[in-house]
Parts: sequence; structure tokens; C-alpha cells
Amino acid sequence: MNVLGLHKKLEENSGLLIFGILFVSSIGGLVQVLPSIFEDELITPTAETRPYGALELIGRDIYIREGCSTCHSQQVRPLLAEVKRYGPFSSAGESAYDRPFLWGSKRTGPDLHRIGAKFSDAWQRVHLIDPRSVVPNSIMPAYPWLAANAADPRNNIQTRLRRLRLLGHPYSDDAISNAPDLVANKTELDAIVAYLAVLGEAAGSGEEMAH
Amino acid sequence: MYNDRVVTVLVVLSLIWAIAGMGAGVFIAAELVWPTIDMGLEWLSYGRVRSLHTNGVIFGFGVSALMATAFYSVQRTSHVTLFAPRLAWFCCIAWNLAVLAGGISLLAGWTSGKEYAELEWPFDIGITIVWLSFAVVFFGTIARRKVKAIYVSNWFYGALIIVIAMLHVVNSMAMPISIDKSYSLFAGAQDAIVQWWYGHNAVGFLLTGGFLGMLYYFLPKQADRPIWSYRLSIVAFWAFTYSYIWAGPHHLHYNAIPDWVQSLGVVMSIILLAPSWATMVNGVMTIAGAWEKLKTDPALKFIVLALAFYGLATFEGPMLSIKSVNVVSHFTDWTVGHVHSGALGWNAMITFGTFYFLVPRLMGTELYSVRLANVHFWLALAGTMLYILSMWGAGVSQGLLWLTLDELGELSYGFRDIMASMAPYYALRLVAGAIFLAGAVLMFYNFIKTMENKATVVRRIPEVRTASGVAEATA
Repeated sequence: MNVLGLHKKLEENSGLLIFGILFVSSIGGLVQVLPSIFEDELITPTAETRPYGALELIGRDIYIREGCSTCHSQQVRPLLAEVKRYGPFSSAGESAYDRPFLWGSKRTGPDLHRIGAKFSDAWQRVHLIDPRSVVPNSIMPAYPWLAANAADPRNNIQTRLRRLRLLGHPYSDDAISNAPDLVANKTELDAIVAYLAVLGEAAGSGEEMAH
Repeated sequence: MYNDRVVTVLVVLSLIWAIAGMGAGVFIAAELVWPTIDMGLEWLSYGRVRSLHTNGVIFGFGVSALMATAFYSVQRTSHVTLFAPRLAWFCCIAWNLAVLAGGISLLAGWTSGKEYAELEWPFDIGITIVWLSFAVVFFGTIARRKVKAIYVSNWFYGALIIVIAMLHVVNSMAMPISIDKSYSLFAGAQDAIVQWWYGHNAVGFLLTGGFLGMLYYFLPKQADRPIWSYRLSIVAFWAFTYSYIWAGPHHLHYNAIPDWVQSLGVVMSIILLAPSWATMVNGVMTIAGAWEKLKTDPALKFIVLALAFYGLATFEGPMLSIKSVNVVSHFTDWTVGHVHSGALGWNAMITFGTFYFLVPRLMGTELYSVRLANVHFWLALAGTMLYILSMWGAGVSQGLLWLTLDELGELSYGFRDIMASMAPYYALRLVAGAIFLAGAVLMFYNFIKTMENKATVVRRIPEVRTASGVAEATA
């Protein structure tokens, strides 16, 4: 077969060329990405994993807004040194209620997937408002505005929970109707500290598996 | 007459984005050296300005340059004016307004949290509309071409338009909550796989493929030589288009995704080296025989240097995708260094070279100062090298120190100590970024002076020889 001859057809017909590019570039996605989207095991929560509570969810949204994941990963790799440093390694099911996922791509600061058990809420509050008062050579930004802002100024926590329920997160009617009370009179600082406190709660038995 | 005004405006906008986006980069580099210079203001906080930097340079500087050069070269390789020139103006203006408003929204904290796809859903919809208009103008122009064969640069620009549209639409699917907030339609590990299919191929088809379109048109033009091997360009193009799309999972090594997905990501990443280097060889061989021009021609200097960094980055990429290397490099500044050897060394350099070719031609005059352009060349090279070296130092030491265990099997170094030891590298990186930015500012000044000498140019469409040998008047 004359490949150059075949190619002549492609490069003299813009429709064929467009189709050719679309076809050739989608094979990888169809074989590799599409099956993953239908693999339920990847988003089946582990036994310890539960959907975020109202205040935790707001805290998570603040974590996203401030770009915390540009410097902090939430993904402990199954390596001895990582398990020693951070705790049990991460499993897919732990992220089943994470939209978007926040595994990160860079550790300018440490991994946070197991941070909940390591520091008290009081430490987190001080650290977020003035990181260098507790970690002298820290290069983390300070987040003073979190203490001044109301957690849910637009009163849309119920919308957030309802939309997540549409996507399959198991929030009960009670959980949704009680949500405004749980976040009333709370600050953004309260919310993000509540979120950080639950990180690692669902840690499985990764440590044993690594040994 | 060719539609070149829209090209000129896009070039100028691209230059403004270069300064703004790189400026934001230098600012966040400084924040990692002096963390309090954000003055406690949320709009200047690292986590927000970082995405302004990436969006500004990729979508502002990069895409404006790609649109400008696509519009310029598709007319000349097709021997026709732009199809739907008003739509081309719409692309130019709407795209830049979207990136500007989007950039402000990022500072305000609107973000989807997905890397390189941070803009929230209203912008995602707007961008899709502009991108489809770009497709209509580009493919419409090709459809009415007077030249029988579609030139190779247009295959790459075409792949850029088609594949980025596919990636953007799938990865941006989300459930809106309010104007500034949405939740991804994909969750957890699945979201990760979709995001890096997008993220890696945004690098692949925008920063690599799109700019290869630029290379295939402007390198032969500037070197005044035809592409060395037409056959090699065909093989490299299809191999590139096929294999790039598989490589995304190497961003998720040892993360909680299936092993087979990771392994496939490694294999295809290594295969990718072949088409990447085939293109580099094709480029280098095209210049072979025109080396003497390098002494006098700043545009060609930049393009040749860009090819060298293209070769470096496309070698380093597959190496970093190997799991035993990745275990050290992942999550470290080595990744940042790798990105910048591509972004500064390849994308920015080839764009600078192309603009040094383009601006004097669009203005119908000579470049204001070749000497300044040469100074820019050395600043760009020094800045890029210093950047890469400082991040190699930072990344390799981070990666190794994090993993080091003592003879009792305990961690040898605390995270805080390792982080503190990064200070000199981060300071060097700041200097490197500032040097590179200074070069870009010089270029901007050079172009402003060049534009002041603007002459009226009438660019007629050349006559085309048809197969029967009869010249056909087209203008």
C-alpha cells in the first residue's frame, strides 16, 4: 500500500483530515479513560468514608477557593517513607465524595491527607491566621480574612447539598434541612478548620499493607 | 489583500499577556521567598495569583499567539483571505476579554480547582463558543483554499483546535451551584483520570502541537529552506496525535488509580519520544545549510534555541514518566522545572522568534534594533537555564530527602527542615524569572519602536500555478 498516496487523500480533503485527527486522538481516551469512568470500584466509598457534613463541605470549598491544593497534596503514596511521614496510604474510595479531587501535583508544603489527627483545631486556627507564629520559617501565606467572613453569606448550603445529592451523595432530607443551623454564626475559619479535622478520618489499613 | 490587522492586534495582545502573565509568575516566585508581600490581601494570595499566572501565560500569551500565527499562516498556505473575517475579530476580542475577566475572577476566588482548567463554568461556556468560532474561521479558510494540498503547519493547528475542544468540553462538565461555583461531574479517582487526560494533553496539543504548527510554518520561512523531510513530518504528526493522548496517567503514578492505567501511561509516554524527536530532527535538518544565518538573524536564533529546548523537554518528559524516576520527582520542584524548560525554552522562545519575524513584516519596516533583540536572546537563554537548574537542584534534593530513611528505618529528615533548605533555590528561581521577564520587556519596547516606523503595506495574494501550468489570478 502506498502510504503517501493514502495520505494525499487526507491532506487534500479538509473533512477527511478533521475526521482523521478526531479519530486518531480519541482512541487513547476511549480505551483508557472511558473504562475508568464506568469502573464503579473507583468511586465506591470505603467503609470509613462518609459524605462531608455541611460545615466541612463549606470548609472544603474554601480550601479550593484559596488554591490550597497548589501547594499541598492529599495523596499518600504507598511508599515506606511516605507512610512513615504521613500515615496510611490513600485509597481511591476515600475520594468518592470529592468533587473535584484534591490530590494535588506539588508539595511546597506537606501532604494533608492525614492532617486531621495531627494538629488540634486551636493550632490550625493560629496557623491559618499567622503561620509564622507557630512555624517560624514557614513560607505559607497568612489567611486573616477567613476569621472575618461568615461561612455561608449567601445562604446556599442547602443548594450545595441538594446538587451533590443529585450527583449521588447520600444526604438525607434531615441533613439538608438542618444544614443552615449547623453553619449559622460560623466563620470561614471555623469551616476550613472543621474540614481539615476530618482529613484522614477515613484512613484505611494502608500502613499494614505497606509493611 | 490578506486579513492582517486582526493578526497584528492578536500579536500585541499576546505581548501584553506575556508581560502580565510572566509578571504574575515573578510575583508568586517572590512570595515563596518573602511570604508576607501579599500584605494579607486575599487578591494577592499565592493560591489565587498562581492560577492567574498559568492562565495568563497559557491562555493569554500562548493562545493569542497561536491564533495570530494560525490566522497569518493559514491565509498564506491556502492563498486565500480569512473565511468570515468578522468572526476572526470576534475570536480575537472575545477570547482576550474572557481571559481578562477570567483572570480577575481567579483573583476573586472563583475556581473549579482543576489545574490548568481553573476557570468556572460561565467562562468554560464562553471559551467553548469562542473556540468553535476559531474552528469555523480556520477550517473555513482551509475549505476554500486555492492550493490543493493542506500544508503540514495546518494539520498541527487543526489538531490543536479539534483536540482541545474535545478535552475542554469533557473535563469542564460540572454541576453549577452559583455563578462562581460548581462541582465536577466526576468524583475522586475518576475526576483525577479525566483531569490529567485533559491536563497532559493541554500541554500536548496546545503547548506542543499548536506551537509545532508555528514551527512548521515560520522555521522554513525564516531559514528560507523547505522542510527537510515531508515524509517524516507525516509520520511524526500521526504518531504524535495518536500517542500523546495516552500519557496523562503518568501524572498520577503511585496515586489511587488502577495499575494498568499507570503502566499504559508509562509505555505511551516513552513511545512519545519518537515522534517528538522526529519533529526535532526534521527542524534541525531544515536549518542545516542555513547555519550562517544564525549569526545575523535574531528570529532564527530564537527558533533554533526553541528547538533545542523542545528536544530537552520532550526527552525529560518520558524519563519523568518512568515510575522509578517519578517516585523521586513527583510532587517536587523538578516538575516545575520541567514545565518551565518547555514553557520558557520552547513555547516562549519560538513565539519570540516568530514575533521577531512577524512584527517587522506586518509593519512593513525593519526591526527597530537587532542589537536589543540579541540582548533579549541572551537574557532569555540565561533566565531559562538558571530557572531549570535551580528547580533541578530543588526538586532532586526534595525528592531524595523526603524518601531517605536511616539505618533503623526511620525518616532521616523532617519536612520543615527540607522545606527550609529550599530557600536558596527559590531565590535563584526568582532571579531567573526576573531576567527572563526583563528580556520580554526589552522585546516589547523594541516592537513599540518598530511600530512607530510603520509603513503602509499592501500584501497581495500570490498567483497560484494550477496543475495544468496556467497561472490563475486570485487577488
